[in-house]
Amino acid sequence: MADSPPRIVRPISPHLQIYRPLFTMVMSIVHRITGMALYFGTVLLVWWLLAAASSPNAYTTFANVAGSWIGRLVLLGFTWALIHHALGGVRHLIWDTIHGFGPKERVLLAKATLAGSIALTIIVWAIGLAVKS
Amino acid sequence: MHSPMRTPLGRVRGLGSARSGTEHFFVQRLTAIGTLILAVIFLCIVISLLGESYNTVHATLANPLVAVVILLMLLSITVHMRIGMQVVIEDYLHNEGVKVLAIIANTFFTTVIGLAGAFAVLKISMGG
Repeated sequence: MADSPPRIVRPISPHLQIYRPLFTMVMSIVHRITGMALYFGTVLLVWWLLAAASSPNAYTTFANVAGSWIGRLVLLGFTWALIHHALGGVRHLIWDTIHGFGPKERVLLAKATLAGSIALTIIVWAIGLAVKS
Repeated sequence: MHSPMRTPLGRVRGLGSARSGTEHFFVQRLTAIGTLILAVIFLCIVISLLGESYNTVHATLANPLVAVVILLMLLSITVHMRIGMQVVIEDYLHNEGVKVLAIIANTFFTTVIGLAGAFAVLKISMGG
């Protein structure tokens, strides 16, 4: 029986560590990261709902944590992640119609997603702070 | 063309050994559009409740329209995030055992989130 050929170590496909980061590529990665952040962020949503369903004491505990500076920081990040992921999703829906793949359009859509997410986060928080006071 | 390896039903369905085609792709778009609409309404509800007392929050969540929006959103997001996380798991976890365990944990987590959230909303709505 012939010897099986030695396994050849072939080059694997270049990945994140090899490529020079490009704007559209970073935006794609951020879409995944915000998606994962929102995934675990749903724990906060369910905590809020369960606290409201439990007792005034449980709700006060939640409100105190959410209202603390670290809680607000997390909620600010949550808001941005939600809006960024939503706009990134709209970008995907545009791509689904076979539009927006041109070299200029790709960059324009990515820039609009980033700028839009920051602007909308500021607007949402400005409204929130105005309503609260 | 007849292949002895495939049943007539299998040929009609046109699916391979994975037994599914573009279902995840389609459902991910469907829930994305659903969440987009529901999350905007939800954000308005949350903003209106900022700094409000337990009683006000409780009364608002008991409103049938608010409750239905949140229940629909919970359904939409948990389906969406389960598929999304499964893609991430399949992309980055290459050890078969770890991958299968992570996919199981993903289903458990998203089910718990969806059910716990829905239970809370229903309890408030039903006067709990």
